[in-house]
Amino acid sequence: MSDRVTVAKTYKLYLGGAFPRSESGRTYPVTDARGKFLANAAQASRKDLREAVGAARKGFGKWSGATAYNRGQVLYRVAEVLEGRREQFAAEVAASEGVPQKRAQSLVDTAIDRWVWYAGWTDKIATVLGAANPVAGPYFSFSVPEPTGVVGVLAPQRSSLLGLVSVLAPALAAGCAAVVVTSQNRPLPAITLSEVLATSDVPAGVVNLLTGHTAELAPWLATHADVNALDLTGAPPELRTDLERAAAGTVKRVLRTPAEEPDWTARPDIARLRAVLETKTVWHPMGA
Amino acid sequence: MKTSTREFADVTRDETSLRRFLHGLPGVDAVGVEQRSAGLGTRSIKKASKMHAIDLAISMVDLTTLEGADTPGKVRSLCAKARRPDPDRPEVPKVAAVCVYPDMVETAVAEVSGTGVGVASVATAFPSGRSSLRIKIADTEFAVEAGATEIDMVIDRGAFLSGQYGRVFDEIRTIKAACGNARLKVILETGELATYDNVRRASWLALLAGGDFIKTSTGKVSPAATLPVTHVMLQAVHDWHAATGEPRGVKPAGGIRTTKDAIRYLVAVNEVAGPRWLDPRLFRFGASSLLNDLLMQRRTQLEGHYSGPDYVTVD
Repeated sequence: MSDRVTVAKTYKLYLGGAFPRSESGRTYPVTDARGKFLANAAQASRKDLREAVGAARKGFGKWSGATAYNRGQVLYRVAEVLEGRREQFAAEVAASEGVPQKRAQSLVDTAIDRWVWYAGWTDKIATVLGAANPVAGPYFSFSVPEPTGVVGVLAPQRSSLLGLVSVLAPALAAGCAAVVVTSQNRPLPAITLSEVLATSDVPAGVVNLLTGHTAELAPWLATHADVNALDLTGAPPELRTDLERAAAGTVKRVLRTPAEEPDWTARPDIARLRAVLETKTVWHPMGA
Repeated sequence: MKTSTREFADVTRDETSLRRFLHGLPGVDAVGVEQRSAGLGTRSIKKASKMHAIDLAISMVDLTTLEGADTPGKVRSLCAKARRPDPDRPEVPKVAAVCVYPDMVETAVAEVSGTGVGVASVATAFPSGRSSLRIKIADTEFAVEAGATEIDMVIDRGAFLSGQYGRVFDEIRTIKAACGNARLKVILETGELATYDNVRRASWLALLAGGDFIKTSTGKVSPAATLPVTHVMLQAVHDWHAATGEPRGVKPAGGIRTTKDAIRYLVAVNEVAGPRWLDPRLFRFGASSLLNDLLMQRRTQLEGHYSGPDYVTVD
C-alpha cells in the first residue's frame, strides 16, 4: 500500500458563529514545539477584529438576556462536547506545548473541569456578589451583579487550552460576550474549541476567536470604543502600559495580570468573574 | 395621455405605443449586470477618498422613519439629527431630507424649515399602493399642503405586472400634477417586480411619466435595494439624460446599513451614471441606521480607533 498524503489544514477564524477567512486573506504557519509544521492558521486583521466586536455586541444581548440557569445549561453542554473531543485536544496540546501525552491529557481534563466549575457559577454568583444593603432611610436597597458587555481577551500565550478556558469561561459565565485573540504560536486547541462552541448551543457572536499576531491586534482591541473590558493576560510585556493607556480613552475595565503566566492548574477563585461584572444598586421606597 | 418630452412624444401617445416601446427596450443581461456590480463592489476606497465618500453619503441620506409607532417626539428628534448629525462635530454635513408619513410632515416642517433639509413624505397609500386614485391624490395633496418638499409615491405593482402600463403612466402623471413644486420620487418596489427587465421597463415608465427620481423600494418588502437593481436604474437615468438632456435621480432604499455598502453604491453611481450624479440632488439613500454607521466610520477615520454605538444618538 502506498503512503497516504496527509491533508494539511488551513484553519479559519471563528466570527459571529461562522468560520470566515481573514478579510486580509493572510495565513501563517503553525508549528509544534520542535518547529515541525502542523497547520496554517488565519492571520486576522484589524477589520476582522472590528467585525468580531460587532458580532459580539449582537451576541451579547441574547446571552446576557438569557436566564442564569439557561447559561449554565449551555456551558455544561459545551463541557460535554469538550469531553467528546478529549483525544483530539490532548494531541493538540501535546504538539503545541511540547509536553508528554500523559501530561497533555491531564491538562485537558483540568480544562474541562475548569469549564464545569465556571458553568456552576452562573446561577450562584448573584447570591455571592449581590447584597441587600442596610441603609439609613425608608428604602429597600439591594445590589446585583450584571455583565459588563463585550470583553476583549488576549489569551495566554503559553497555556494553549487550560489557560484559554480559564480566561474565557469566566467571561461567559458572567454573561458577557467575548472577542478572544488566541495564543499566537499555539492556536490549534483554540481553533478546536471554536468548533466545539459552534456545535454547542452558544448563540452566534457570543464567542469570537481570532488567530493572528497579538501585537498587531491588541492596540485595536484596546482602543475600540465598543469593547467594555480588556483582559491583558496574553499581552506582550512591552505593550502592556500602552494598552492600558489606550483602554483608558474609552474607560474600559482593564484586568491587569502579572507578565509571567500563573500556574493555571492552581485552584481558581471568582476574581475573574468579578472583573467582568458591574454592580447595579436599586433603591426602592418602602412604607413606614 | 399627454407627452412628457418632445423626444418621446410618439411613445406616450397611447397604450399600444407605450407597450411597444417598453417591450422594445433591450433585455438586461442578468449575469452581466450582477458580475459588473460585484466587480465594482471590490473597489478599494481609502483615506481621503473614503472621508470624502462618507461626507458625500451623509449629505445624500434621506433620514427615514416609517413606522406605525412614529410619534411627534420621535420625528422631532429625527429632525434634530438631520440638522446636525454629529453634535460633537459641527462640520459634518446635513442630511438631504427627512422622510416621514404624511401626518408627520407638519411636525417635521416646523423642525427643519430654513435649514436646507428637505421634508419628504410617502404618499399614495404607501407601502402597498392599494387604493383608489382619488384617495392617492388626496394623500399627496395632504402632504404637499403640510409643506412636504418631496413626495415618494408607490406605483401600482398589480397594474404594472398585469401589463396595464397606461394606467400606471397616467397615475404617475396625475400625482406629479398634484405635487405642485414638490419633487416626485417614484417607488418601483423592485422586490415585487421579479425581473431586471421589469425593473428597466418600470424605470423608463416612471421617467416618461415625469418622475424626478426613481426609487427602488419601500423598505417594507424583502429584497429591498440591491446593487444590480440600482445598476439597471442608473443606466436608465443615464440613457434618459443622453436622449433628452434632463438629469433625473435615483434613490436606493432599504437594506443599506453600512458605510461599506454606501460606498459601493457611490462607486456604481460614478461608473454607471457618471460623476454628475454624485450629488444629493440626483442621488439619495433611503435609510435610517446607515447614518449612524457613517458617523461611526467618520470618527474612526479622524480618531484612529473604532467607535461604537454608545457614542452616537439612538433613534
